[in-house]
Amino acid sequence: MMMMWSVVTGLKRRSHMYGGPTHQSPFLDRICFLRSIQEGEKGNTAIFGVASPPLAAGQPTLTSSLFPRIMTKEETSAERDDMQIDRRELEHPQVSTIPRGFNADYLKLYYGKLFPHADIYRWLSYGNDGKHPACDHSYFGRREFSFTLENDIYVRFQSFNNAVDMENSIREKCPYKIDIGPVYSVDPAKRHAYSQSGNNVFAPVERELIFDIDMSDYDDVRYCCSGADVCLNCWPLMTIAIKVLDTALRDDFGFNHILWVYSGRRGVHCWVCDGRARRLSNEQRAAIADYFRVYKGGENYVKKVNLAGAVLHPFLARSYTDVLKGFFEGRLLASQNLFASTERFQKILEIIPDESIASELLDKWQGNRRSSISKEDVNVVRWEQLKHVLQSGKQKAQGLRRCVEEIIFTYTYPRLDMEVSKHMNHLLKAPFCVHPKTGRVCVPIDPNNCDSFDPTTVPTLSQLLEELNMSGMRSESEDEWERTSLGESIKFFRSSFLSPLLKSCKEEMESLYNSKVKQSKNALNW
Amino acid sequence: MEIVRSQRKPADAAVAPALSLYRSAPALEVRLEDFELYAIDRLRVLQGISDGLSRGKKPEEMEKLVSELWRAQMRHQDPSEEMNKDIISHFVLRLVYCRTEDLRKWFLSMETSLFRYRFRLESPESQRLLMSEFQLPYKAISHAEFETVKDKLNQVARSTGPSSNAETLFFKVPFEEVPELVAGRRVFMLKGFAYVAMNQVVSLVATQFRSNLSKALVLTNRKWTSTIRDKEKNRLTPIVEALSTGYLGPDYSQPKEFSEIALKDIDQLASTSFPLCMRHLFDKLRETHHLKHGGRMQLGLFLKGVGLKLEDALAFWKSEFSQKVGAERFDKEYSYSIRHNYGKEGKRTDYTPYACHKIISSTPSVGDHHGCPYRHFSEENLKAALGKMGVGGRSLDDILDKVRSRHYQVACTLTFEAVHAASCDSGINHPNQFHSLVEFDEVKRSCRKRLDGHNRRRRKPRSAAAASTASACLLPLPPASGFSMYLLTSLSPPAQPNLAGIARAEKDAREQRSFSHGYEEGEAAFCRTATEQCGVVDRPGF
Ligand SMILES: [Zn+2]
Repeated sequence: MMMMWSVVTGLKRRSHMYGGPTHQSPFLDRICFLRSIQEGEKGNTAIFGVASPPLAAGQPTLTSSLFPRIMTKEETSAERDDMQIDRRELEHPQVSTIPRGFNADYLKLYYGKLFPHADIYRWLSYGNDGKHPACDHSYFGRREFSFTLENDIYVRFQSFNNAVDMENSIREKCPYKIDIGPVYSVDPAKRHAYSQSGNNVFAPVERELIFDIDMSDYDDVRYCCSGADVCLNCWPLMTIAIKVLDTALRDDFGFNHILWVYSGRRGVHCWVCDGRARRLSNEQRAAIADYFRVYKGGENYVKKVNLAGAVLHPFLARSYTDVLKGFFEGRLLASQNLFASTERFQKILEIIPDESIASELLDKWQGNRRSSISKEDVNVVRWEQLKHVLQSGKQKAQGLRRCVEEIIFTYTYPRLDMEVSKHMNHLLKAPFCVHPKTGRVCVPIDPNNCDSFDPTTVPTLSQLLEELNMSGMRSESEDEWERTSLGESIKFFRSSFLSPLLKSCKEEMESLYNSKVKQSKNALNW
Repeated sequence: MEIVRSQRKPADAAVAPALSLYRSAPALEVRLEDFELYAIDRLRVLQGISDGLSRGKKPEEMEKLVSELWRAQMRHQDPSEEMNKDIISHFVLRLVYCRTEDLRKWFLSMETSLFRYRFRLESPESQRLLMSEFQLPYKAISHAEFETVKDKLNQVARSTGPSSNAETLFFKVPFEEVPELVAGRRVFMLKGFAYVAMNQVVSLVATQFRSNLSKALVLTNRKWTSTIRDKEKNRLTPIVEALSTGYLGPDYSQPKEFSEIALKDIDQLASTSFPLCMRHLFDKLRETHHLKHGGRMQLGLFLKGVGLKLEDALAFWKSEFSQKVGAERFDKEYSYSIRHNYGKEGKRTDYTPYACHKIISSTPSVGDHHGCPYRHFSEENLKAALGKMGVGGRSLDDILDKVRSRHYQVACTLTFEAVHAASCDSGINHPNQFHSLVEFDEVKRSCRKRLDGHNRRRRKPRSAAAASTASACLLPLPPASGFSMYLLTSLSPPAQPNLAGIARAEKDAREQRSFSHGYEEGEAAFCRTATEQCGVVDRPGF
């Protein structure tokens, strides 16, 4: 019964936070769930209860009767419509199904069967878990993990000595969210012991260079959704961010081991894992973040992008021609209907410093309401007109020519959460966590194929458990995730990120060791 | 082109550039009087730099400012005397500013700026000599390599503004070495290397200078705490401690007994005595029940500074945030950082409220409301905001005028004067000061009270002088910092240092010194040990 209570409180809280209109649905959801569980307890074979030793006896189990129905694409696509499903279930009470979304029991199964503990451990060990004499066996143990437990209990400064410790702790505590922090000078769990020695030795020493891009920061340039919602019309903004940053991190900064991860809801995270990146000082991190910063001024600045100088810096020029321009003109212009209403094109016209040009265009567009040229997209037509006016021969002034670029940068250029990137001790959610609000897994994104990434089809917790359950009768394989749609993601993580990373860690370790050996030999000769 | 490679023995004084790298402490004997006076002069230079930076002066303006400050404070007819003063004052201030993280940070960044602008004033020849003194391992790129990246280098030069004659001498360095050039996109970047033009090497050298000094300060601090402080208990320690107390104006980190505020008064206070930056944050918080991190820090520390107690602060933030995110999430995600600001979590540092220069140089982004409205608002929005405070007409024009010339703090001062129909001679350089100015009357009383206490400790009554100082500057005087604070807060009508104030402060300082240290004026006291001690740690190998 405890478990059921937790489901109820979880849902209550959610409805409170959204302040949504359907106050009753969460309880309807609960009713269905209670019934399902009770049915399960009575009769059906509990596959997981039998098959998985890590689950302690007496824990509620999910039974096959909970998964009779394969969800339609429509149901999985939108994260807001769980209310609707609840209602449907009330109308057809005999159809029992696994309630969508997220709860501690699903999560327990997920951590028990699907979460790639070993891969995460190998990643964060950076080769120090091997037998090489240069391995630093304290390395992994100095890494901070933070858990967000049920009921929003937040536990910081967790650390683990080895893979088994980490896995056991995750399985046992079943965190709703796992955050990864820096590697400290000493074991973060024992930081108090050190702090008493007064020498302030507890400090971060290594940390991946991280980036956090959040769709809610783009609310002034997207009209399809706002806040936490995303859809396929605005997701290209994230695709742009991945392309622009990934290219620059590799070509300009020379980094090679870069992991992109879907944040589970409305954004993407980036982990730059090269040794050189992990050892950057805060000042150097800030410098990189500033290198990427174009969007300036807080909420009280009208013109958010100001491109000075006779030409663009090679990085901006490349981003503009290779990514921004194409996405703006080919996708966002029409999909966001940027010129479709007075309010929207006025916002664009505000960026033009020459008031006579801006009002000329305004009059023109307010006058003819897409009457004469209805075949062509009004956005495209107006954009061409704007470009024509600004780039025509008579607008010699540098500032006006630059204006077209400024508009495109304003509407497309990546907006970073600078604070996250600037400081070593910022925490970031671990890959393969499940987002508690959407139930979606934080899967890696292939930057070379980010165009085809679709956040609305990312596997959800309930979908994965269902897949596991369906296939459970058929085969018994070592890695259960291979039988689910998480398989692709884990394979990608291993082949494209983890193995090249570990290979280079090994090489780095080798060469460091050799040079040390040489040094000490020289020292002996002296 | 192996210019930078050429190994040169440490230069002897005759051929060396005027600029010192301060590698080791001077083997000089210093009169105790000079020990302090030199330090005060250098402090004036550093504070001038700090003011210039917070007003957002451009590099060329800074260059001019630094050379003027240097001429005014440090110049001596005898170049070797000037060099001595430079080195001695630097090492004295190392002792003064090594003692806390905040002090080190300020000193480090001001000394690096000073070095940077002095470096720019050197001839190309002595710049190269200095570079080689740093023993930087970087080679200029070959002609062949230059040809392959020429177009990109050109593009960068044109993107950063009207480039003078095209530079052809470039150094290829790991980007980590030139963070400021990377941050400003002022270099071409390729596979982890930054192409640094000869006219940019100042960044390379400044980074090196900064990192050497940073390490040295930490070591000096160790020396200070382990030996110097006690050994010099009766001689240098009081000077050193007095020199730093008012390093960035008054210390707003200590809650003042006279300015504790109650939660129920906060709305009233916001409308009468918050500067615009805080008032804006406050209004936004009341309106949206939320502020992003930068805003929470800026407003939160300010409120702490004006005397909002921790429990009240928690209640205040919770009452707003819970309307948006719920009380539970507030407790979980936000209360930590508030407790943290009050030194109850984490490193348990009692964080100090942000000073103007920090707020002005912050970089608000999407959804942010922090920063300095005079700097970060568009003119329209600023006008509207000032209008809401009841500022209009002539005063509004004056304020906007100051904003256009980037004198943000002066603009804030004018706003204060317009709103309160009072004058503020000292200028605003800390938001909490704006608040304390409102409590002027109370402050005056309190100043005297504090100074009495302070003077008792100093064994010399000088309440008359102190009281006049206090009423002239309208500021609460923290103990033991009468003169330095005065010196450091002088913001003044633009480009007109508050000379009267400085002179008076200096007189105070002299009087104070002659009594408090137990030395006769003019007695030749030798500080060699101390300078040596702080220099030892600077030797290569660290
Ligand atoms: Zn959308």
